[in-house]
Amino acid sequence: MRVKIRVNVNGEAVDADVVPRTLLVHWLREEQGLTGTHIGCETSLCGACTVHLDGKAVKSCTLFAVQADGCDVRTIEGMGEANALHPVQMGFWEEHGLQCGYCTPGMIMATSALLAENANPSEAQIRHALEGNICRCTGYQQIVNAVQHAARSMREGK
Amino acid sequence: MAVKPVMVGQRIKRREDPRLIRGLATYTDDLKLHGMLHASFVRSDYAAGRILKIDATRAKALSGVVAVFTFDDLRGQVGPTPCWVVLPGMKHAPHPLLADGEVRYAGQPVAVVVARDKYVARDAALAVEVEIDSREAIVDPEAALQPGAPLVYEQFGTNLAAKISNPHADTERLFAEAAGTLSLRLVNQRVAPVPMEGRAVVAHWDEGPQKLTVWTSTQTPHACKQNVAVCLGISELKVRVIAPEVGGGFGQKVPSYGEECLLPWISRKLRKPVKWAETRTENLAASAHGRGHITQVEAAYDKDGKVLALRGHTIAEFGAFASMLGALIPTFTHLLAAGPYTIQAVSWETQAVYTHTMATDAYRGAGRPEAAYNVERVMDAVAAKLGLDRVEVRRRNLIQPGSFPYHAPTGAIYDSGNYQACLEKALARFDYAAAIAARDRARADGKLAGIGVATFTEICGLGPSTGTAAPARAGFWESAELRVKPTGAVTVMTGASPHGQGQETAFAQMVGDAFGIDIDSVNVVHGDTDIVTHGVGTFGSRGLVVGGTAVHMAAQKILAKAKRIAAHLLDTTEERVSVEQGVFGVAGSARRLSFADVASAAHTWGIAIPGEEPGLEAVARFEPTGTTFPFGVHFCTVSIDKETGQLTIERFLSVDDVGNIINPMLADGQRLGGIIQGLGQALCEEVRYDESGQLMTATFMDYAMPRAAMFPRIELDTTCTPSPLNPLGAKGIGELGTIGSTPCLVSAVLDALAPLGITHVDMPLKPEKLWRLIREAQQKSGGAR
Repeated sequence: MRVKIRVNVNGEAVDADVVPRTLLVHWLREEQGLTGTHIGCETSLCGACTVHLDGKAVKSCTLFAVQADGCDVRTIEGMGEANALHPVQMGFWEEHGLQCGYCTPGMIMATSALLAENANPSEAQIRHALEGNICRCTGYQQIVNAVQHAARSMREGK
Repeated sequence: MAVKPVMVGQRIKRREDPRLIRGLATYTDDLKLHGMLHASFVRSDYAAGRILKIDATRAKALSGVVAVFTFDDLRGQVGPTPCWVVLPGMKHAPHPLLADGEVRYAGQPVAVVVARDKYVARDAALAVEVEIDSREAIVDPEAALQPGAPLVYEQFGTNLAAKISNPHADTERLFAEAAGTLSLRLVNQRVAPVPMEGRAVVAHWDEGPQKLTVWTSTQTPHACKQNVAVCLGISELKVRVIAPEVGGGFGQKVPSYGEECLLPWISRKLRKPVKWAETRTENLAASAHGRGHITQVEAAYDKDGKVLALRGHTIAEFGAFASMLGALIPTFTHLLAAGPYTIQAVSWETQAVYTHTMATDAYRGAGRPEAAYNVERVMDAVAAKLGLDRVEVRRRNLIQPGSFPYHAPTGAIYDSGNYQACLEKALARFDYAAAIAARDRARADGKLAGIGVATFTEICGLGPSTGTAAPARAGFWESAELRVKPTGAVTVMTGASPHGQGQETAFAQMVGDAFGIDIDSVNVVHGDTDIVTHGVGTFGSRGLVVGGTAVHMAAQKILAKAKRIAAHLLDTTEERVSVEQGVFGVAGSARRLSFADVASAAHTWGIAIPGEEPGLEAVARFEPTGTTFPFGVHFCTVSIDKETGQLTIERFLSVDDVGNIINPMLADGQRLGGIIQGLGQALCEEVRYDESGQLMTATFMDYAMPRAAMFPRIELDTTCTPSPLNPLGAKGIGELGTIGSTPCLVSAVLDALAPLGITHVDMPLKPEKLWRLIREAQQKSGGAR
């Protein structure tokens, strides 16, 4: 059995027939070729699979693709272009907020959702907001710096 | 001709990042090949038992299932799991790629299902019926050594896999002469390395050219190539291993695993590409664990608190089989047992023990964190016994700056160091006196507050190759190949296999400086055995120390030839040519040539140069003469909530000496990551099995990972004592953080609990454990609060 869905992926309407049990993360990765969204735990505890669903940060490993029917989905690939990086991407680059890069797309998606709600978060608020995202490489400090860098740029309208 | 600004020593943004921050990097699981099949493993639910039956009828009936394989299909064709280190006298049994009749740990692969779709592969794996006659498992390594314990291997008649013994002639005498002795039982619990990307493999046997390509998330692609060739019994010329983007390793991806050898065999059999990416539960259950040491350490000390000798006995968990380098790890614990101290004699014995658990292998620090933890706990205990300040005890024991190279009683030779300078800098920066005053004020208010200290050194930059196991056909050197293009752009091919360390940037900085070219004119290539000259890999804090030195050496070779070409072009002799950052000149003349000019001449060969071949390239290998010994001093302050046992790290300072630094931004990243990983072990991480060998920590719900809100901002500082063992003066940095931070936090917690009369705690320092200790202490003292 397949179900018809229409999802707006990174600004483009996509019509698809999906097997109902297909997880959103697998649909994005395997059927849409958007492999920037990663799988780190399959249990919504690590945040590597974080995407935006109608502007909210969600864990795509515990959502079915059919649940995204009629929604806007934004993935890391929809954040910025080579010469026009999103300020959050820029923040991670400037502040060495990544090492192996595997958790990074999820971190960037979680960060941009945070900054949409709170343009000037304190360090404690940043650390709390990233509780659902695990990074094994950086020890988080340079991620905090990256978020602060991004917040500054966005407030200054860069 | 302007000289370019020097890049080495600068905070230069990573060249790796643009692809990573845009989600455009290719990790193994991102690969999709035409006709690719998906593998899913059937794993043992039991830790110990005999397989009675494997029935794949239902699985094979599912639409989309291509094949199900068990050991019977592999017998005599492929395997066993690669093991490179077999110690003298070690009881070693080859570990099959799929269980051969017996299962020895929960999670051991029993069968593998191959299907056209990932979901179907998992359905089918669940539909394979495996009947196991389970038996009593042995999980506790101490109990495993008792007579009558269930045996992991019946044929050995014991669970003792190996005994590593390093006695010292003076130990007994020093113990007899000592003013005091003490004994501590220290548990360095088993933890999981947890790279965020689990292991993943894509194997593609191309029947036309008879060539196998294996994409795998590994730290050692060249080792994997050799292992796969041996496992399949084919020429290594037929095997190409590619480590694409690798999402962290931390030692777990040093060994080659059964799955990495089995998927190639499946692909060759089915003539289709096949992929497997482990789930997090598979990663926690069936990828190598780290640590797992139980140590009884005795120390002999004099009346001033100088430690004279150590006697140690360690029970090291091997798990159910010897992983590729597993047996090597405790040998590092022996070598580093004396730490940065003038201890005169160390006698250490380790019993490596089989249990019905996953194998252990390298995990960030690999044997050195265990050693540092042991000796730091000893220093704190000596201070407590004699009523001395913990820093003062360390000061009295530290090796003096004039003593290097220092020959430790363990046989290790420490290359260089100035521990006092590092300690004094840390004391000043931390303001130790003020911290003590603040702690004492908090105590006076009835609070539990503590200060932690750790002074440590470690062993980095592995090699040298001496003593490497023969089956490996591998040394501990590293390779680099530099190819200069006609425009003067340079491709660097390194045998190191970075997976987050940032060497695409660091090596480009070095090469850019060597030739006076822009960083964008350097491309660093790694992780492809068909492109990169045979190399070793990234582990043991060796990427820069060994791999970077090879890059430096190759650059020097190129400069030597470039100089000869320049001499010809400048109508002078080689001796008269000066070269600075890629600008070639000759004394007394204004004529200058850029590196690009020389590169162009080397390729156009318009003027033939007698005795030279056209082109400009070089291969170099660096074989270290010894290991490097970075060191550091960590301080922290903590508070513990008496009512809940909740531990809060209030401050953490790390002053480290890693010799010369190529890119301080990358160095900070390595240190910060390592510190948090070390604190993770101290605070919350622990692999736990129940008595029957069931893994209790099989998801992130139960395996507690360090998260952002658990830590304060870490303060960093450095001193610099360049290593004399390599031309870069580098010492290695990857593992440093995990070595100092763990004992430092435990030191602080014991200091906080000292007023309650508590003198011992084992990691992890979870609130529940601290709460119980506090409660027991309060009850003992009459329930006073």
